[in-house]
Amino acid sequence: MLEIKDLHVRVEDKEILKGVNLTIPKGEVHAIMGRNGSGKSTLSYVMAGKEGYEITKGEVLLDGKNILDLDPNERASAGLFLAFQYPIEIPGVATMTFLKAAMNAQRKARGEDELLTPDFMREVKAAAKLLEIDNSMLKRPLNVGFSGGEKKRAEILQMALLKPKMCVFDETDSGLDIDALRIVSEGVNALRDENRSMLVITHYQRLLNYIVPDVVHVFSNGKIVKSGDKSLALELEEKGYAQYDESA
Amino acid sequence: MPAIKETIDQVKEIDLEKYKYGFETEIESDKAPKGLSEDIVRFISAKKDEPEWMLQWRLDAYKRWLTMKEPDWAKLDYPKIDFNDIYFYAAPKSTSGPKSLDEVDPELLETYKKLGIPLSEHAVLAGVEGAKIAVDAVFDSVSVVTTFREELAKDGIIFCSISEAIKEHPELIKKYLGSVVPVTDNYYSTLNCAVFTDGSFVYIPKGVRCPMELSTYFRINEKNTGQFERTLIIAEEDTYVSYLEGCTAPMRDENQLHAAVVELVALENAEIKYSTVQNWYPGNKEGVGGIYNFVTKRGDCRGDNSKISWTQVETGSAITWKYPSCILRGDGSRGEFYSIAISNGYQQIDSGTKMIHLGKNTSSKVIAKGIAAGFSDNTYRGLISAHKKAKGARNFTQCDSLLIGDKCGAHTIPYIEAKNSSVVFEHEATTSKISDDQMFYCQQRGLNEEEAVALIVNGFVRDVLQHLPMEFMVETQKLINISLEGSVG
Repeated sequence: MLEIKDLHVRVEDKEILKGVNLTIPKGEVHAIMGRNGSGKSTLSYVMAGKEGYEITKGEVLLDGKNILDLDPNERASAGLFLAFQYPIEIPGVATMTFLKAAMNAQRKARGEDELLTPDFMREVKAAAKLLEIDNSMLKRPLNVGFSGGEKKRAEILQMALLKPKMCVFDETDSGLDIDALRIVSEGVNALRDENRSMLVITHYQRLLNYIVPDVVHVFSNGKIVKSGDKSLALELEEKGYAQYDESA
Repeated sequence: MPAIKETIDQVKEIDLEKYKYGFETEIESDKAPKGLSEDIVRFISAKKDEPEWMLQWRLDAYKRWLTMKEPDWAKLDYPKIDFNDIYFYAAPKSTSGPKSLDEVDPELLETYKKLGIPLSEHAVLAGVEGAKIAVDAVFDSVSVVTTFREELAKDGIIFCSISEAIKEHPELIKKYLGSVVPVTDNYYSTLNCAVFTDGSFVYIPKGVRCPMELSTYFRINEKNTGQFERTLIIAEEDTYVSYLEGCTAPMRDENQLHAAVVELVALENAEIKYSTVQNWYPGNKEGVGGIYNFVTKRGDCRGDNSKISWTQVETGSAITWKYPSCILRGDGSRGEFYSIAISNGYQQIDSGTKMIHLGKNTSSKVIAKGIAAGFSDNTYRGLISAHKKAKGARNFTQCDSLLIGDKCGAHTIPYIEAKNSSVVFEHEATTSKISDDQMFYCQQRGLNEEEAVALIVNGFVRDVLQHLPMEFMVETQKLINISLEGSVG
């Protein structure tokens, strides 16, 4: 389970996160909704350990352990996964090669043996099939020349194989047409289980029709200003974010 | 602190002492007095028991060399070499020439074992079918053993040290030695002509496809020694041969000189594939020591439809000055150059190729990948030229540079000369850095910094990697990781 306690973050002189409190119990899916620039993506980057953010106060606990002092790769091996809004191109590295390197790196960090190639292939093929990813895509360099839909499917494929405890989706619906949105959402839903928590960050309600959250949080001006059940998302869609602007 | 900044800090702490091949073999050696003179040239020739014509060839070269000046056009910075402070000849005492494996000093066999080079024919024979590699091992100035000679001889292939070839196949040596790289070619090659001590000789008779990979491993062991090896490969009509070359040296505080000459001759329809993994000692983290590598490699596509392909992986040496080239003389002949050059610490590389199009419808392809880390300087220098008779000549060149950190440099210096209007030359060049975003993305998936850099670099060099023989590919991937060790995390 994930707990964020009074998290304050600055970038240069500007405070971006102003006291975020959030608890996601095991097995639950939470959504954070907010306008562009409200600090949602910053929250996901700070959780994953990206450079360039100054944490002035607060903690992020994964299963009771503060992860803010860990390197990004250590957080990944501890079970944190971030699906990027804009997945990064890795030229010359076949998707398959990347998957194997990532899986083995995490296994190594946890003191497990490297995967045997036949087992790896079997796992990848099964997961890829579910996401309608064909073999030729697995041979192409990761994210290079991928369409928006292919990039997001590749993200979910990585998530399926790395089996994280805590998944964060940063604007996963951006750049997706309706078919791709369905495939990606089905991929995510297939990974929902009682031991895995998820945080879906979005500014459109649309995605939440597919990935139905247990709890919805409204994010405004660097913190959570309201929480509720899935109906809160529909209400937001109707009335907009403006009503929360004052609360900052 | 951003990842790139951290990378730089870690580069500062780079531990080049990790150089895996930095051990020294304690073996008695037989050396010529230090320095260079006509007497030394005579001494080397006499040591090798050479015929008079060979001695004369060397002396002519020496006289010529005395009139030449060290070139200074390369983007390299190093103190002047004192040629009187170098031993031009050193040989392990127990080995006066190549012998069968049983007679080789066990210390030497142990050295090559440590280097991961199989010199035992039995061990290789017992291995997987098709994995056979014939090896010529050169230790300091002499060839210590050549494996699989009998088996190759069944097809009429000659694979031996150049010293033996001078004695046993003088007609071939007289015809071809210096026919691709003339005695007067350049300062270092002329020096090599005067003092070369050993190297490999390959002759593939007409119509034969060489059944196994041939390879030479060069090892500099002695202190203050120069290694001047000479390789000559002749591929007669309708032949194919793939040749691999590997180089290592112990760690030394002094700079050691290596000035080799490699000549390739491909006759009609012949194909020569020459691959090098150069991993000479690069010097320590302050830039002290390391090999000065001044090499002249040239292939002559003398026959129609012949093909020469150079693939090189350059990770070692303090200074690298090297331009494996092709003379595309035969009509329809083809030259290729695939290069990976990695520099770290204070290494300096000025390397590239020359494709000289002389025949009609000749074609060439150049793919060069330079990776610079630490405080190193990495220059690609290439010449593509077409003679006025080279109608329909085509070239495609792609040069990509990757920078790790911001204290290193990458430079691309292409020269293009087209003397007729039917030529099509294409040149593409890129320079990039490993971005913080790429590093973060890889790390988010669980790779540590070092693993992330290795993965990204391996992706960067992939187009070249796939041209290496299978045996070298895995070794090269590992070598890339080792070379960049300490450039991050």
